[in-house]
Amino acid sequence: MTTSTTETAADRSARPAGDNRRKILEATMKRFQYQGDALIEVLHKAQELYGFLSPELLSDIAQRLHLPPSRVYGVATFYHFFSLAPQGEHTCTICLGTACYVRGAALLLRELEELSGVKAGRTSADGRFSLLTARCLGACGLAPAAVLDGEVVGHADRSNLAARIRSLLGREE
Amino acid sequence: MAAKTLTIDGHLVSARPGETLLAAIREAGITIPTLCHLDGLSDVGACRLCLVEIEGQRRLQPACMTMVSEGMVVHTNTPRLQAYRRQIIELLFAERNHVCAVCVASGNCELQRLAGMVGMDHVRYEYLSPDCPVDISHARFGIDHNRCVLCTRCVRACDEIEGVHTWDVAGRGVDARVITDMNQPWGTSTTCTSCGKCLLACPTGAIFPRGVTVGERPHASERIALIVDARKQRW
Amino acid sequence: MDLHELEAIAERELAQRPRLRILYCSATGCQASGALEIKRRLESLLAETGRQVEVDVGAVGCLGLCGRGPIVRIEPSGETFEHVKPDDAAEIIAALDGHSCDVARCDQNHPFFTRQMLIVRRHCGLINPDRIEDYIAVGGYRSLYHVIHEMTPAEVINAITRSGLRGRGGAGYPTGLKWATVAKSPGERKFVICNADEGDPGAFMDRSILESDPHLVLEGMAIAAYAVGAEQGFIYVRGEYPLAIERLQKAIAQARRHGLLGAQIFESGFNFRVDIRVGAGAFVCGEETALIASIEGRRGQPRPRPPYPAESGLWGMPTLINNVETFANVTAIIEKGPEWYSSIGTEKSKGTKIFALTGKIRNTGLIEVPMGITLREIVEEMGGGTPDGSPVKAVQTGGPSGGCIPASLFDTPVDYESLAAVGSIMGSGGMVVMDAHTNMVDVARFYMEFCKDESCGKCIPCRVGTVQLFNMLTKLRNGQAKPSDLSKIEELCELMRETSLCGLGQSAPNPVLSTLHYFRHEYEQLIGAEGNHGS
Repeated sequence: MTTSTTETAADRSARPAGDNRRKILEATMKRFQYQGDALIEVLHKAQELYGFLSPELLSDIAQRLHLPPSRVYGVATFYHFFSLAPQGEHTCTICLGTACYVRGAALLLRELEELSGVKAGRTSADGRFSLLTARCLGACGLAPAAVLDGEVVGHADRSNLAARIRSLLGREE
Repeated sequence: MAAKTLTIDGHLVSARPGETLLAAIREAGITIPTLCHLDGLSDVGACRLCLVEIEGQRRLQPACMTMVSEGMVVHTNTPRLQAYRRQIIELLFAERNHVCAVCVASGNCELQRLAGMVGMDHVRYEYLSPDCPVDISHARFGIDHNRCVLCTRCVRACDEIEGVHTWDVAGRGVDARVITDMNQPWGTSTTCTSCGKCLLACPTGAIFPRGVTVGERPHASERIALIVDARKQRW
Repeated sequence: MDLHELEAIAERELAQRPRLRILYCSATGCQASGALEIKRRLESLLAETGRQVEVDVGAVGCLGLCGRGPIVRIEPSGETFEHVKPDDAAEIIAALDGHSCDVARCDQNHPFFTRQMLIVRRHCGLINPDRIEDYIAVGGYRSLYHVIHEMTPAEVINAITRSGLRGRGGAGYPTGLKWATVAKSPGERKFVICNADEGDPGAFMDRSILESDPHLVLEGMAIAAYAVGAEQGFIYVRGEYPLAIERLQKAIAQARRHGLLGAQIFESGFNFRVDIRVGAGAFVCGEETALIASIEGRRGQPRPRPPYPAESGLWGMPTLINNVETFANVTAIIEKGPEWYSSIGTEKSKGTKIFALTGKIRNTGLIEVPMGITLREIVEEMGGGTPDGSPVKAVQTGGPSGGCIPASLFDTPVDYESLAAVGSIMGSGGMVVMDAHTNMVDVARFYMEFCKDESCGKCIPCRVGTVQLFNMLTKLRNGQAKPSDLSKIEELCELMRETSLCGLGQSAPNPVLSTLHYFRHEYEQLIGAEGNHGS
């Protein structure tokens, strides 16, 4: 999972009133002629625009595509990519693919959990930081790989990641 | 098209073309365990209890979704199949809370009957004991996720017979749960017509009527097939 | 568009290409290690000296040696540099002019390069994946023209059948037979789907092909569509591959503009439209019936086969599903003939296969090798063994569906049957090397955790079996298992293999079974060894 398309809390607060995200989403649905088949494409777009899929957003999509609400919810929760809760201002994704695993990714993840106080897959209580995992980013040549705020970090280890996370969070050593 | 002749457990059996193997097996008077299959609903082949051996085929096939064909030689009850069925039931019992001794549905439950049928008398696997809620927000029905086996009969009955699709499955793997609408309390569902077909379809004590204990609940899953037949005749 | 226009584009492209070129790898790995910054430095240095027209700084696809990126190559000398830093830009320009240069060079005579045989990856590192003109200049879309104007669909299928090409997604189903089934199945519409949901952890062959040579895949799909009678195609790509998606989008738009996709291709009656569907993070969607469910906008849950998608697939219509590498083999077969293709490889496994060589290995990267090469040649000669020179213990092929092959069996030839005979599978091409520090129970547990998280939850053996197996392996790992637990693990593995609904559940026990078979002592060591964490 890359995090580049995921909106952060800061983006949301910076957005002026009367945004046109709804219009863009509507245009996407129209392009697919409001067909139920396009549900996953529409969810991708909605998440890209809003950062996460709120119940209101899902209900809205269900109505526009003439799909039962439970089907939309079922699809949204089946795929790892879709998030039903907002993500932190900063995100760090650790690749847990085989190549990264063999090169110590699991240990790295534990260290980052300790450092940030955030469990894998969770967001800190203040909404500042999410620690995520991915099933192989396909960057095995750089194992262990991580994605920090949308940027791929190769040969990631505690020393090069921890310092960057600390500075992102404005914490001192 | 001509009828098909096949051999089931050594007996020659004739079957209509387009008929499922499960129907042919039952017509031959042989009982095999089923759970996700319910007469009147589409089949999904998910519970794997009706798997049978077909000579010449490498893999076991679900009888509910396999069409009969001429000259098929089928074994429905080999020691291997018996062992697999017992193991599958064990896995189900270990998955959520299906401890019959403390279940109000005891004695009135398809899962319990299946356990008896396949001879599963104890569970060797670790109980996963997930934290499952009970939802009694609906005025007439309740759902206890501890008893749910994810057969999806409620989902299909609601979608295919009632035509509403209030139910679906959310999440995946062992975390999958049946849900109503937006995973909201059943009582707040705006699509549910309170028809009760999910209750008829449910094999265990997961979906239950309120006001009676589950032990008294009339299990009438055959009414799903009756409804379908009645509709067909009217058309 | 006709053949003359195609030739004209190629000629124009070659004529206007500068003699001096600096080509940088623009695939995900090298981009992440700073390839774009190097490009900017090169360009600004060249601009300062007014040489921006004389020297072309161009992006190319993956050069293969991903562990040593960023990789830069200069032409016409062909020298290739590794671990390039932005500060090396001036030195590289000096090398272009024939001066000496201190930047580390890749040894092109290393077996890593010399043992390769490039069919699918023949354009990788030569062409800019963002430019259709580059692809046309190396002969692109000629095969499609040839097929449409000079071959009948039956002849195309016949050629693919005679080539001996088998599905590169892992199972090795004969490609020609699949095409023939789709062609013969009745249906008012037919579909061609490219499975680019490369989910095996440790595998990135398909990503690399899509990022390096997207038109090769599109042309292969178009030829398949012509052969089976389809007018609509889908490419189902993992959402984790944003760069591949971007390049495919560009490639499709370019091909459409040039009349190479869309209506009346090459002014014939053949129409073929391709759309991209982006996966949303579900390994099980690599299974073809789950993939179809996902394209239909539903939960990616498999359904029992038969009926196979070739007869009843997308929206119930006959559907051809092949993976990226399979489609990428098609143009070479048409171009050079099925006999040429079938002369490569072994008796039953023809052609080449791309592997992603990763883990405890000196030369990490992508290699394309003829079928039949031994694991030893790949791991020891091409891969150069482990980074610290310690012995290799095992190699894992086939990801969560495959198995671990011990070093003692490294003379096994790489083909579908031989790998299956030693308890693994060819798989999509991931090859993860393990050394003495890798505990095999840990490896089995790692894959079982993966399968547990990726199980769709539809059938009971996979949904509950993966969790039970994972818990048992965890107990074992923590020294809390009893001797009887090993047979319980084996029994559950058999149940899952025999009764699960789809390939994910059926093959999920493979990593456990293969490590139990070859490294049983590592399991036994852990039994009753409370407090011993085995490392």
